[in-house]
Amino acid sequence: MLSRTAESLFWMARYLERAEATARLVEMGRRMAMLPGAYGQEEWSSVVAAAGAGAAFGPGARVGEAEVCRSLILDEDNPSSIRACFDRARNNARAVRTALTAEMWEGLNDGWRWLGGVEAATIQRDLPATLDRIRSLSALFRGAAQTTMLRGERYDFLSAGAFLERADMTLRLLDVKYFVLLPETGLVLDNRDRYRWISLLHATSAVRAYHYLYRGDFSPSKIAHFMILNRDFPCSLAFCYSGLRAALNRLADRYGARHDCHATVEKAVRQLQDREMDDIFDEGLHEFLLETLRLNAQVSGELSRAYHF
Amino acid sequence: MFDEMTGEGAGIRAPYSEIAAWIEASGLDTLHRHTAEAEDVFRRVGITFAVYDEGGDPERLIPFDLIPRVFAADEWRRLERGIRQRALALNAFLQDIYHRGEILRAGIVPERLVYRNAAFEPAMVGVNPPGRVYSHVVGIDIVRTGEQEFQVLEDNCRTPSGVSYMLENRECMMRTCPELFRGGNIEPVDVYPEELRRTLEEVAPPACSGDPVIALLTPGPFNSAYYEHSFLADLMGIELVEPQDLFVDEGLCWMRTTQGPQRVDVLYRRIDDAFLDPLSFRPDSLLGVPGLFSAYRAGGVTLCSAPGTGIADDKEVYVYVPEMIRFYLGQEPILQNVPTWRCSNDEERAYVLERLDELVVKEVHGSGGYGMLIGPHSSAAERAEFAEKIKRDPEGFIAQPTLELSSSPSLSETGVAGRHVDFRPYCLIGRTIRLVPGGLTRVALREGSLVVNSSQGGGVKDTWVLAE
Repeated sequence: MLSRTAESLFWMARYLERAEATARLVEMGRRMAMLPGAYGQEEWSSVVAAAGAGAAFGPGARVGEAEVCRSLILDEDNPSSIRACFDRARNNARAVRTALTAEMWEGLNDGWRWLGGVEAATIQRDLPATLDRIRSLSALFRGAAQTTMLRGERYDFLSAGAFLERADMTLRLLDVKYFVLLPETGLVLDNRDRYRWISLLHATSAVRAYHYLYRGDFSPSKIAHFMILNRDFPCSLAFCYSGLRAALNRLADRYGARHDCHATVEKAVRQLQDREMDDIFDEGLHEFLLETLRLNAQVSGELSRAYHF
Repeated sequence: MFDEMTGEGAGIRAPYSEIAAWIEASGLDTLHRHTAEAEDVFRRVGITFAVYDEGGDPERLIPFDLIPRVFAADEWRRLERGIRQRALALNAFLQDIYHRGEILRAGIVPERLVYRNAAFEPAMVGVNPPGRVYSHVVGIDIVRTGEQEFQVLEDNCRTPSGVSYMLENRECMMRTCPELFRGGNIEPVDVYPEELRRTLEEVAPPACSGDPVIALLTPGPFNSAYYEHSFLADLMGIELVEPQDLFVDEGLCWMRTTQGPQRVDVLYRRIDDAFLDPLSFRPDSLLGVPGLFSAYRAGGVTLCSAPGTGIADDKEVYVYVPEMIRFYLGQEPILQNVPTWRCSNDEERAYVLERLDELVVKEVHGSGGYGMLIGPHSSAAERAEFAEKIKRDPEGFIAQPTLELSSSPSLSETGVAGRHVDFRPYCLIGRTIRLVPGGLTRVALREGSLVVNSSQGGGVKDTWVLAE
């Protein structure tokens, strides 16, 4: 396979995953801003920071629902906006049309065409429906890939990109809110923090899963455990890294060669398996999150080098 | 005027009997609904035609007209012989002018026209392409002016585009109007990608042992024909490569893959000569694959079409194609040329300048329906402007009579009406010649218009060749 094709598939998956993550973040912001006693600005600011879009808002700029939605959903100049992500995903898809199945292309192209026609007024009128539609678009694409794509090297690059990006987003999400997760802030969360964390679980579509596993016990270490170490939750760091490892291992079997990225990911997966949440808190959650974000970037670089892109 | 369905107006012609009955039975509403369905399919699949720098949606649909254009079996037999003959003569001409130049020595084609032509590529002199094939896909634009009158408007020897529409139009017709295909009377066209692949395999370079690796070289997603490039690569099961995916080492061509370099033997390139190899053709260009041309000369890789092929579809060289057929094949041309006046000739130019209001004037190096004067549809000011242009650069222009192109029933807002059409078949040349029964029919959808180019409001139709 052409290296350029592998690169485009990898990035296409990343951009689509990022678009979905941004939609989830906006959903989280919307919920938090509705809480009693919420300071709209503060909640939306944390959303902007988690999306890595702080630069789009200068100091003193108003950061309310309308501004954030315009920036994070429609602004083509904001590289993390949903529209920008779809543009780039589609450009990558167009460059590797032959590597996609018709269903995948049509799903992506339909979504891109729809998004191109969405206006700021529509979003203001009906934000929840817009966000639902964006999530269902990426679900459609993922479903098309699941059911129509050959389980060959193309699929492996696609899934490596998706897992890596999802891991990234979970880390950013946690980093914005890490201070509330720290045990020092008290073992019992006040109501507002409690709701914030429910909002975060909403953002990752995980409220029910969390209740099922932890019976509604919103202790900081359990929430952190769920998002970082739980092996069954599809947005958790541990889950994303095992998915990444599986994709890389399939490539190694296929090509008969292992590279730096394989060793790095293997090591990370083992560490996550052996870790306890207390260790992470002892070392410092913030430091752990930053270090893992750096690790993600390192894996991305090693993967490009290994496959010549 | 000749109409494909009604001839000179004496009732429905036999090949169209089924179509006429179908139009009658369906009614306008159904036909319009099917058209909308078809366009929706095209847009969803992304079969678009990119037009940049003109504002508006950069990825446009080519309008699709639902009513097919039909050739009877015997009409096609004659066309087929004429097309093969012409494709063979054009390749013989290229082989000749890049070697001994017999046709020039014999005084049949003027030397000036070849050696002083910008499309002549001196670097190709003495090069022997595998199988002596220069143009592997020849697209010949044919118009009809009467029951028996078919004429060649121009030849496209480099990288004729549009074949994806031939395939997609048929797919789309079969999907939206399956009832038309039940009789099994229509020759299929879907073998084209396989035939193209075989053709390309047949011209593998001397350095290739074993199964040749073929790739389609595209300028990239911003090229107007990119959809076609990816579509063909997909159907042939070959890689779609861009120049940056390739490099030349030790006289061979390689592509960068996830497992390191892989050899490429045959490049079906849909990229102009000028952007193939900055070392050979355009030192100021950053595009292309350095060293590609020397690898080609050394027999390490085959380029389809060969560099320098463009001279054969020069609009002035066109005038001599009937002579080429006589000279190289010893046959009489089966398909006629349109009478053409060359403005480079004093007498002919005088004739043209006197009759600008009845002739069509074309730029020798123009394409896509741009830079053209259609006399009967022009204003006095436009004619004056063209007269000036011709006097300033006589060698830059040719003129032809304004042809009454045949019309074919097409769907308009108000009903079914005749619209002018042309026809482009795609002839494949490897060790053998292959021609799929069909091609692309382009239609001028504006009433009375004679310009079928998609950049000028033209559309496309499915084209049927009926079985015996």
